[in-house]
Amino acid sequence: MTIAFAATLLILFVGWAGSALGLQYLFGVILPLVAGAVFIIGFVWKLVRWAKSPVPFAIPTVAGQQRSLDWIKPSRLECPWTTPAVLVRMLLEVFAFRSLFRNTRAERTVIDGTPRVTYFSNKWLWLFALLFHYGMLVIIIRHARFFLDPVPACIAVVEFVDGVFQIGAPRFYLTDAFILAGLAFLLLRRVVSERLRYISLPADWFALFLLIAIAVSGILMRYVCKVDINQVKEVIMGLATLHPVSPTGIGSIFFIHVTFVSVLLIYFPFSKLMHMGGVFMSPTRNMKCNTRQERHVNPWNPWAIDDPQANYHKYAEYEDDYRDAMVEAGLPVDKQPEA
Amino acid sequence: MYNAKFVIPGAIIFVGLFTAPFWTNVFSAKHEAVKLELPQKPVTFFGEERTQCIEPREWMAANHMEMLIEWRDKALRENKRIYVATDGRKWETSLQNTCMACHTNKAEFCDKCHTANSVSPYCWDCHVEPQGNK
Repeated sequence: MTIAFAATLLILFVGWAGSALGLQYLFGVILPLVAGAVFIIGFVWKLVRWAKSPVPFAIPTVAGQQRSLDWIKPSRLECPWTTPAVLVRMLLEVFAFRSLFRNTRAERTVIDGTPRVTYFSNKWLWLFALLFHYGMLVIIIRHARFFLDPVPACIAVVEFVDGVFQIGAPRFYLTDAFILAGLAFLLLRRVVSERLRYISLPADWFALFLLIAIAVSGILMRYVCKVDINQVKEVIMGLATLHPVSPTGIGSIFFIHVTFVSVLLIYFPFSKLMHMGGVFMSPTRNMKCNTRQERHVNPWNPWAIDDPQANYHKYAEYEDDYRDAMVEAGLPVDKQPEA
Repeated sequence: MYNAKFVIPGAIIFVGLFTAPFWTNVFSAKHEAVKLELPQKPVTFFGEERTQCIEPREWMAANHMEMLIEWRDKALRENKRIYVATDGRKWETSLQNTCMACHTNKAEFCDKCHTANSVSPYCWDCHVEPQGNK
């Protein structure tokens, strides 16, 4: 936690120092472009690396009856055996976090004088995870107004709904509150629960601190120490058209925000945040539960014992290697040792 | 690579979504900066000809929305019609009579930046939108 917090503060300082020392071009143009490239290339590289890894076993996780005999009712969604069903289960997982909805918490309780372990349904993590992820999604969509010119009408619709209460000027966005509530919960559960604190690594804290820093710096930039967003748009359009515009004259909060985002983009493909792509690549989620109908062949072991080309260590050879020791230990052998 | 028929389209969708700004802008050579029509002539307020905006220009560019909402509350809810700027000059808290006395052209001033940055202020839900300069 301390390491992660120190690292976040260091990024804050670097971002601020960059704008204070007149390195606006480095932090406002070069760093985001490099970060964007690292993000895209790193992400695809990771996907390809995962796609190259063979899956030796059929390991879909199920929560329902598999399809077998006609008179046993199978669970289409909880144990999908067709590709469309797998797709539906995957979409529900991605959009509604179904597996997190099943989250339980174990507690030691006493029932009728007997100590028992009881499992309670625990929906808070699911709720705040949804809040955070959808907040983040809407915020990313909203940011498209800086990257596109003219701004498409659909972006304006998102902004309208997000600021529908018309609180203050600039209008307060609901997702700003949602993302902070989500992140605060995700952070506090690691702080408050001893068990979670014990298993939390610097990488867990760093991702949270980084996202909190991004959200807070963005919120500060919008509501407190405002910058001229027209100038910001010029700079960002310069990046999007690859005709960079010098970002001098914008307040340092902009550079702090951009530095945090750039660090996130660079860090993303190599961190736990890659669950964004990983959820689609999980064999436990994307495989069909048809193990009774089809045999899953291990890609590196295609049951080619009889294939003379395959270089397997067969039992006969194994016995050759250890025959004397096996006889000495009293184990049965197919071929008796020569006397 | 396993399951290439799913992984490759997925990767293409990912790259397409996240590089969309580049593709939509790739045919436009350079983004053109917003050009505002700034007031040319001095305007008389409180018997004094003024050429400077209420607060410094940079401050106004970033914070004018905050001032406008504050003025609305002062004028309409507290009936305080005088605003004293940081440099001590007095102004009438009025969008119509103060701001728009100089910035007469909504289409060439307000709307330029607001449209470019997808900002939709609700000033004109109550105020009469100036006609004829669209």
